[in-house]
Amino acid sequence: MSPAVTPGAIPGPPAEPMAAGREKDEWPLWEVFVRSKAGLDHKHCGSLHAADPQMAIQLARDVYTRRQEGTSVWVVRSDQITASDPGEKAAYFDPMEDKVYRHPTFYVLPKSLDHM
Amino acid sequence: MPSTSSSIAVSSDPAVQYLLRIGDTCLIHAQRLGEWCGHAPIVEEDIALTNMALDLIGQARAVLTRAGTLEAALGGEPHDEDQLAFLRDERDFRNCTIAELPRGDFASTTVRNLALAVFFELLWERLAESTDEELAAIAGKAVKESRYHREHAADWVVRLGDGTVESAARMRAALDLLWPYVAEIFEADAIDEAAAAGGLGPRWADLQAPWRERIGAVLAAAGLAMPAERAFRSTGKTGRHSEHLGYVLAEMQFLQRAYPGGVW
Repeated sequence: MSPAVTPGAIPGPPAEPMAAGREKDEWPLWEVFVRSKAGLDHKHCGSLHAADPQMAIQLARDVYTRRQEGTSVWVVRSDQITASDPGEKAAYFDPMEDKVYRHPTFYVLPKSLDHM
Repeated sequence: MPSTSSSIAVSSDPAVQYLLRIGDTCLIHAQRLGEWCGHAPIVEEDIALTNMALDLIGQARAVLTRAGTLEAALGGEPHDEDQLAFLRDERDFRNCTIAELPRGDFASTTVRNLALAVFFELLWERLAESTDEELAAIAGKAVKESRYHREHAADWVVRLGDGTVESAARMRAALDLLWPYVAEIFEADAIDEAAAAGGLGPRWADLQAPWRERIGAVLAAAGLAMPAERAFRSTGKTGRHSEHLGYVLAEMQFLQRAYPGGVW
């Protein structure tokens, strides 16, 4: 009996990996953004695994909007996001600490615009 | 909540029976979907399936409530949704047999979800024009839920049918297993005729052609063939069920039968 082709055998993983360097049995990760109501921004609310964009949108709907949290959902593959380096945090963000003049708080505004 | 554990008898009025077919199919289908809680292939799908089960329970509650008030309006004893769900015996359930079959593997769950979601989407679309205003209002809300259930199931059918050798084989096996139970949904009888004549709702037989068209499009996209129709007819709609419903009811009704009137 040849072990190579057995009728009814469970086939192995697909020949092509889903993405280079990624575990073959793991669906890609997606970041989920939900808009809570018209006019507001889409806000990041979490992530999930899904095989394709359509599945990611559906699962995001089921996982993140089941208590009426949303009116619109965006998903983006996590590996498509480029993030700043946490190690560079000090160089990137600390210098802004003492630049109060960058806040437009030195203008005298008319009373009617008080809440600008 | 029911205050006794004795079984109730339900009106044989055709309109009540028509509503029970809808409510019971939703209820038993939901019961089976709920079995995936904690067992779905991934946690996101686990949540999706149980969300759908809860949608179906909501539909069942509304329709059974309507059936119970209709019984009273016809001069019978009024029953609430809980009595109808928990105190009827197996023979008094009117769900289509396909809803009560064991959940099987994920492929059979997916095929059943598609078959029933497309059917309910078509049914609710028509019931939205029911002469029964309450039923029309329930349908207006439920059709949106069914539309999503259909979309979710259809995507899975395409994904698995057009997936690997293994997933396609399982989908074909699931279709062969469930298809004989599809025909019952569209079997015409006097209860359907009465509902159509009174404007309560469509003959389910009239939904068969659009159902086949919509299912056929999904199966074609999935690379799956629609199985041929056979002579076998299941009979859940008339109360003669498969051996599986009794076990579903035993689990579902146990608490109310053992502790009548028990509440959270």
